[in-house]
Amino acid sequence: MKFDWNYALDILPQLLDGLLTALIATVVGYAVALVLGLVFALARRSHQKWVSVPVGFVVEFIRGTPLLIQLFFLFFVLPQLGLALSPLAAGIVGLGLHYATYTSEVYRAGIEGVPPGQWDAAIALHLPRRRVWTSVILPQAVPRSIPALTNYSIALFKDVPQLVAITVAEPFTVGRGIIAETFRPFEPITMAGLLYLAVALVLSYIGRIVERRYKGMATA
Amino acid sequence: MSSAQLGLLLYGAWKTILLTLGGMALALVIAFPVGLARVSHNKFVRAIGFTYVELFRGAAVLVLAFWFVYALPSLGWQLDPTFAGILALGLNMGAYSGEVVRGAIQAVPPGQIEAATALNFKPSQGMRRVVLPQAVRAMIPSFGNNVIEQLKATAVVAVVSIPELTFNGQLIWSGNGRAAAVFGGLLIGYGLMALIFMTGVKLLERRVAWT
Repeated sequence: MKFDWNYALDILPQLLDGLLTALIATVVGYAVALVLGLVFALARRSHQKWVSVPVGFVVEFIRGTPLLIQLFFLFFVLPQLGLALSPLAAGIVGLGLHYATYTSEVYRAGIEGVPPGQWDAAIALHLPRRRVWTSVILPQAVPRSIPALTNYSIALFKDVPQLVAITVAEPFTVGRGIIAETFRPFEPITMAGLLYLAVALVLSYIGRIVERRYKGMATA
Repeated sequence: MSSAQLGLLLYGAWKTILLTLGGMALALVIAFPVGLARVSHNKFVRAIGFTYVELFRGAAVLVLAFWFVYALPSLGWQLDPTFAGILALGLNMGAYSGEVVRGAIQAVPPGQIEAATALNFKPSQGMRRVVLPQAVRAMIPSFGNNVIEQLKATAVVAVVSIPELTFNGQLIWSGNGRAAAVFGGLLIGYGLMALIFMTGVKLLERRVAWT
C-alpha cells in the first residue's frame, strides 16, 4: 500500500484543529496541575493530621492508578452525581488532577531543599506563618522546582491522546471520524501519530534548553 | 456480581499482568543495548541510542498502539492485539529504561574504570566485570518504578480493544450501566495490583541490596 499524499493533505486541516484542542488541554491541564500540586504539597505538610493524612492518601491513590480510568470516572460517573462536564473539561480536570500528584512531589522536594537556616531566620524575625511561606520559603522553593516541573508538562502532553476515550476532539478522535467516512485508516492514524510525535520532540528539545539554562544559573 | 462478570474481570486482570510483565521484559531487552549505546565512545553509536530514546519517549504508548492496531494492517501486517499491546508498551518503556541504564552506568565512580584499566582489563571487560555489576544494583529501584508505570500504562491499550482489565470493565459497564461501581472498582483493582507489584519490587531490592 502506498501513502496517499493527496488524501493526507486533504485531512491535514482537520487533524491540525484536533492538535489545537490537544494543546489547549495540555496548557490548561498543566496550569491546573501547577496550582493544585502546590496546594497538595502544602496540605501534606500541614501539622493538622486530619488534613495531611487524607490528602496524602488521595494523592498516592491518584498517582498509583491509571489516568484513563480516572477520566472515565470524571466523564461517566460525575454526571450521575449531578455534575456533567463537557469532554474537554473532564479531560482537563483529569489531566490536571493526575499531574498535580506528580508536581506536588516536585514542590515537596523544592521545599525540603530550602536550607533550615531560612526557617530559623524567619522565626527569629518573628514573621507571621503566612509570610514565612510567601516571602521566604516559596520564593526559594519554586524556582529550584522549575526544571522538573517543565518535564511534567511534556509528560502531560504525551498523555493527551488518552482523551480519545472520552470523545475529546483531539487528533485520534478526528481521525476516527474521518475513517468512518472514508474507510481508509492508514493516513489519518499515521498523520495523527506523527503530529503528536512532532510536538513531543519539539517540547522535549525546549525542555532540554530550559534544563541547561537552569543548570548554568545554579552553578553561576 | 454474576460469575460471568467475575470471570471477565479475572481474565482481564490476568491479561493486564501479562501486558505489564511482557512489556517490561521487552523494555529491559531494549534498555541495555540502548543505554550502552548512549555511553559509547563512538559518536555514531551514541547517535543511534539518542535517536531511539528521543523517538520512542516521544511516541506515547497510545500513539504506538493506535498505529500498530489500526494503521499497520493496511501494510499487510495484522498483529495479534495482545502482542501489539506488548510491543507498544515495551518500545516506549525501553526508551525510559534505557535512560535508567545510562544514568546508572554514568553514576559508577570513574575510579572504578581507572582501576580496571590499571589492572589491564580491556574496556569491554571493565564494562562487563566492573562497571555493570555495580550499575545493575543501582538500576533496580528505578526499574521498580518503571514496573508500576508500566502497570498503569497497560490500561491505555483498552482503547484499541485489547481485552485487559479496563476493557473488560467497560464491557461490564455497558451491560449494567453502573459506572460508579465499575470504574470505582477498577481503580481499587489497579491500586491493589500496584501494591502487589510494589511489594515484589521491595523484596527484590532487599535481595540485591548492598551488604
